[in-house]
Amino acid sequence: MTSLNKPSRADAGGRLVVHVALILFVIVAIGPIIIVVMNSLKTTPGIFNGPFVPPTAETFNLDGWANVFKRGNFALNYGNSIIVTLVSTLLTLVLSTLAAFAITEYKVRLAPLLAGFFIIGIMLPIRLGTVPILQTMVAWHLVDTLVALILVYTAMSLPLAIALMATFFRRVPTELKEAAKIDGAGELRTLSIVLPLVRPGLAAVASVTMLPIWNDLWFPLILAPSKENQTVTLGVQQFVGQFQSDYPALLAALTLGALPLVILFTVFSRNFIQGLSQGYGK
Amino acid sequence: MKSTARSYRNLILFSAPAFVVYAGFLVIPLIASVVLSFMDSDSGPTSVFVGFDNYVYLFTNPSTSERFWNALVNNFEFFAVHLIVELPVGLLMAALLTSSTLRRSRGVYRTLLFIPATLSVVIVGFVWRLIINPLWGIVQFPLLGDANTALPTIALMSVWEYVGIPMIFLYTALIAIPDDVLEAAKLDGANAWTTFWRVKFPLIAPQFGLIAILTYIWTFNGFDIVYALNGSAPGPDYSTDILGTLFYRTFFGSSGQVANPDLGATVASVVFFLILIITAIYFAVVQRRLKSYEL
Repeated sequence: MTSLNKPSRADAGGRLVVHVALILFVIVAIGPIIIVVMNSLKTTPGIFNGPFVPPTAETFNLDGWANVFKRGNFALNYGNSIIVTLVSTLLTLVLSTLAAFAITEYKVRLAPLLAGFFIIGIMLPIRLGTVPILQTMVAWHLVDTLVALILVYTAMSLPLAIALMATFFRRVPTELKEAAKIDGAGELRTLSIVLPLVRPGLAAVASVTMLPIWNDLWFPLILAPSKENQTVTLGVQQFVGQFQSDYPALLAALTLGALPLVILFTVFSRNFIQGLSQGYGK
Repeated sequence: MKSTARSYRNLILFSAPAFVVYAGFLVIPLIASVVLSFMDSDSGPTSVFVGFDNYVYLFTNPSTSERFWNALVNNFEFFAVHLIVELPVGLLMAALLTSSTLRRSRGVYRTLLFIPATLSVVIVGFVWRLIINPLWGIVQFPLLGDANTALPTIALMSVWEYVGIPMIFLYTALIAIPDDVLEAAKLDGANAWTTFWRVKFPLIAPQFGLIAILTYIWTFNGFDIVYALNGSAPGPDYSTDILGTLFYRTFFGSSGQVANPDLGATVASVVFFLILIITAIYFAVVQRRLKSYEL
């Protein structure tokens, strides 16, 4: 009771322990990332003579960053990743919003069954269906296209997205929907009235959807492996094998490949955390 | 009656696009994969039903069984490292983050600690290989070059990357505990340690169980980190081969191995059943008991 404003000595000690422990964890988590960024700004000998030393006047060098766009198809792969991630995320948003709105709005006997069918997909690993997926894509002449990746990623993202959107739609006050209906609003109009209220849900869906798509290695390797259609994750993976000698460019490529998602996550971390905990929690 | 019919029509209309994509590219391929595991489509012009032949072949034929059992055991080891290291460390991080002594710094720590989980395995594999390279002398031993240490080393890299996920799960569970429960514990004279294990942990046990079962599913789908470090034929001496890399080699082929879709589908189906059985047992037996603690 005494320690509301003035922390006691024990509290101060406990506080110090918590901060020290967390700072140690942060060093372990962030240290390796700093090593990558730092070494991308050095010459190759600078990297090998001391990979844990920050760039000095002697070893500082921006060639890696200049070379990365000349090497391989880096810019092209980067564009592929952006297209695949954005289109899949957009499709996931639209399809999951429609489906989640429907299963929460129309309370007929089919609705909970349909909801269960969608949500069980959170536990179903899509990779295990790869053999038939590849056969379908071959039959439809979609192998080695970005369309193949977009279809698969949308299917993969829908279960979690629908589970999330459904929890947000359930929180919308029924009075609002009733009022819209009395005013003669159609189904789509009702949805558009409700949509602003589920905006945090859309942000949560978008942030949890993008991450596994951008970073996936499996489907690009199987469905779109050619140089023209590689995503940046696969492109950089092959870069590691092919351009071992140009370490600064490789490290710059790794940094650039990670940058968009690190920035997005830092900005939208609240939505992301909400998406992760509420989507799986149901 | 009329309104029920209209509700059905609307329900079907609105969920049809999601249904088509989800069923077409996730549910049906999974079922088709299981069907394929009971077929032989290579020997003749048409596929024939061969019962459990593919499974028997995979489990017992010398050309595949050694690789299969090796990958299965390795995969359990890969999961065990996550279970033993990732979950306790994630829990510790979550407990630290929810400490009442933190104020504004909480969000900063939370964001920084999660950043590794946003990286691709390519960067994770590359930077850890750089750090543990025996050349610099941080570790004098070739951890990835030795059959005894390679798999635990890769598993720990994966733990480093993904520990933020259990952390966030357990963190959100911990902050959801009502304050009055904790106040009551405090008034009873419980210290932080006792409060955590006697009050907080039982309350978040369902989430702890859920993240454990998700970790099981995710590690049995593991592929990326092993592939990023070792390619599809993981050495040394197949010591880092897990079911995901075996699956890839079996159905896609690799040097010294002909592609075999039926057998690949069989490997995938084995993984699918392993996941299905354990998940079903978990939800039927464990999760229900944990739920009884709920407030």
